[in-house]
Amino acid sequence: MADAHAAPHQITPLRTYFVVFAALAIGTLLTWYASTINLGAFNTPIALVIATTKAVLVILFFMHVIHSSRLTWVVIIASFFWLAMLFVLTFADYLTRLWQIY
Amino acid sequence: MSDVTLQADEHVHHPFLQHHFEDLGQQHEASTLGMWMFLATEILFFGGVLMAYWVYRVIYPEAWAVAGEQQNTLFGGINTLVLIVSSLTMACAVRAAQLGSRRGTVALLVATLFFGTVFLGIKSYEYHAHWQEGLFPGLHFTWNEDPQLAPKVQLFMVFYWGLTGLHAAHMVIGVGLLLWIISRAWRGHFGPEYYSPVEVMGLYWHFVDIVWIFLFPFLYLIPHFGVHHG
Repeated sequence: MADAHAAPHQITPLRTYFVVFAALAIGTLLTWYASTINLGAFNTPIALVIATTKAVLVILFFMHVIHSSRLTWVVIIASFFWLAMLFVLTFADYLTRLWQIY
Repeated sequence: MSDVTLQADEHVHHPFLQHHFEDLGQQHEASTLGMWMFLATEILFFGGVLMAYWVYRVIYPEAWAVAGEQQNTLFGGINTLVLIVSSLTMACAVRAAQLGSRRGTVALLVATLFFGTVFLGIKSYEYHAHWQEGLFPGLHFTWNEDPQLAPKVQLFMVFYWGLTGLHAAHMVIGVGLLLWIISRAWRGHFGPEYYSPVEVMGLYWHFVDIVWIFLFPFLYLIPHFGVHHG
């Protein structure tokens, strides 16, 4: 019964889960700490980078996407691509007409 | 019973294998892919509201700065950690199901349920405080500082209550789903061959965690960094 579909599922070692958990906790403390110091224009990008890194860790390891099929990857990448289009096209408008007084 | 003679003809099916799937592996693949399709719509759903939040943050940086100072970053931070712990227990629950540990699966799912409830408890405490401070948008909204900023601060609060409210609604649904999955795990439905519902439950739970990973800095930590002094 060599079924192509019935490949044994990957069981993630506990160690991986705990390392990811530690990274998420450290990321939370880091983003909190970074918000207590005024870094001018850098505060927002730092918060965004930390949050995105945390999200990628959750997606890859907690949500097992690292072992998921290519089709799943296509769905995930497509959804974030669409999200990126939403942001890029909207801000291509708003950020280029800030001389207007709101 | 005629079932006995019928079964003699067929090969033995897993009780939870649906007939339109060839095997449990294919069924599992379809379940997770379907969940990711749903999550794609959720990403765009939350993404749309978040984008509106950012547009107004760019337009009204001064209002965002003073509104952000109304937030309790300690409670927000603790809640972030609580959700991360709940994601860890959720991930371990899937692993316990994969390893065929019924007790482990139930215990870890109950732990996830517990931390999810703790999150909602802390959140409702925050909501209560904001309500009493008059920071709920609407008729009773009160802002005693710069009156010119009042409507814009109120707009921030619309996003605060809207985004965290949507997130909390997802948590409440997650808690309900957990109760269902816990009862199934308790009845011994899951094991190394069949644990798709636990896995899909995990996908939903982790997604809701990811939403909070973004809401915490956006709504608590960085609103006041939109204004550049000097």
